[in-house]
Amino acid sequence: MSNEQDNTQNKQRIDRYRRKLLGGSAALAGAAALGSGVFFTSIARAKPDAEPASSEVRWGFLIDTNKCVDNCDKCVTACNDEFNLTGFGRPETDAQWIRTVTLRDKKTGHTTRLPLMCQHCAYPPCVDVCPTGASFKRPDGIVLVDKHICIGCRYCMMACPYKARSFVHETIENQKEYGPRGKGTVESCTLCVHRVDKDRIPACAEACPEKAILFGNMNDAGSEIAQRMASEASTEIRGDLRLNLGVRYQGI
Amino acid sequence: MQSTQSLYCFSLRPLRLRELCVRYSVITGALVLMFFSFTAAAGVPVPDIPDAIKGEQCVEETGFMRRNHMKLLSHQRDDTVHLGIRTQKHSLKNCFTCHVVTGANNQPVTVKDPRHFCRECHDYAAVQIDCFQCHTSVPGGRKTTGARP
Repeated sequence: MSNEQDNTQNKQRIDRYRRKLLGGSAALAGAAALGSGVFFTSIARAKPDAEPASSEVRWGFLIDTNKCVDNCDKCVTACNDEFNLTGFGRPETDAQWIRTVTLRDKKTGHTTRLPLMCQHCAYPPCVDVCPTGASFKRPDGIVLVDKHICIGCRYCMMACPYKARSFVHETIENQKEYGPRGKGTVESCTLCVHRVDKDRIPACAEACPEKAILFGNMNDAGSEIAQRMASEASTEIRGDLRLNLGVRYQGI
Repeated sequence: MQSTQSLYCFSLRPLRLRELCVRYSVITGALVLMFFSFTAAAGVPVPDIPDAIKGEQCVEETGFMRRNHMKLLSHQRDDTVHLGIRTQKHSLKNCFTCHVVTGANNQPVTVKDPRHFCRECHDYAAVQIDCFQCHTSVPGGRKTTGARP
């Protein structure tokens, strides 16, 4: 019963969102007198710079571990390149925004590889424990650290069930202009928020040669990610924690 | 109750010699201090503010920017980090992109160089900037590609 109610509510929400999008883009298309379907959708999706992130959107990943190839770490390298995450020869403390994890079934010996990054929870424990409000969730579901108010206490690192966060121990130089990083603050996967805001996909998803990482708006019923989530089985890591993750996996 | 007389800075009764001496020594001291501070100021070079390469006018009126740039930056910073508003007008990046200073090899100088736009005034005013502990201080960076499917 409650599920049905939830579903109708969700549908209504999605319908509202679509109407808004269609209204806005129809006006634009009318003004520009452009009929191209491709262009139409791209206009409907782009977020103007001055517009805040919308809570109608929930960005996320659908990761198919069956496509994940042995010894491939292109997603990790892409992330490191994107944010200039250089190591200091100390693997215990070097920044890891994304890592590859290999799982082995002890009974059968079957191994599964998967990329693991911040899972962008809807109910993030890191936000719950942050004493300064530096750890926060954007309206569109992206969990971030506001390094301007982070005091480097690392409670969030303790709270995160996925060990997704890193602490910067060293003085950092040569940061990217879209990816500020500094000593004494905690950092993690930002879901490439600088790219997402500019209507591009995250670096790891772009780099994956097997297209194992699918990025999209989970709330948009018309998006590929939502359609695949609806039609194919996928699961959350540590789903028992009921954190409602923004990253879902297939084949584990 | 307090007497009305004591409310005045200068007493209304004739001053004794000793009081006069104290008062004049204070005034002389202040004058000497002022003199030295003026001569000291003359010794420090006035900031040579790099012109904007894009145009003659800053994003706001110059006087307003001098007084309020930090407020604009803080406001923009919160809007960008928390809400994803990415307008360029009041961004930190815009400051050093417009007022870029090129050094050797025609490369933009970082904040380590005293000629850097932000440092010109901040050094003069002895106000420490923390922005560049995390942010880059030079324009540029790799251009990324890849459209959303």
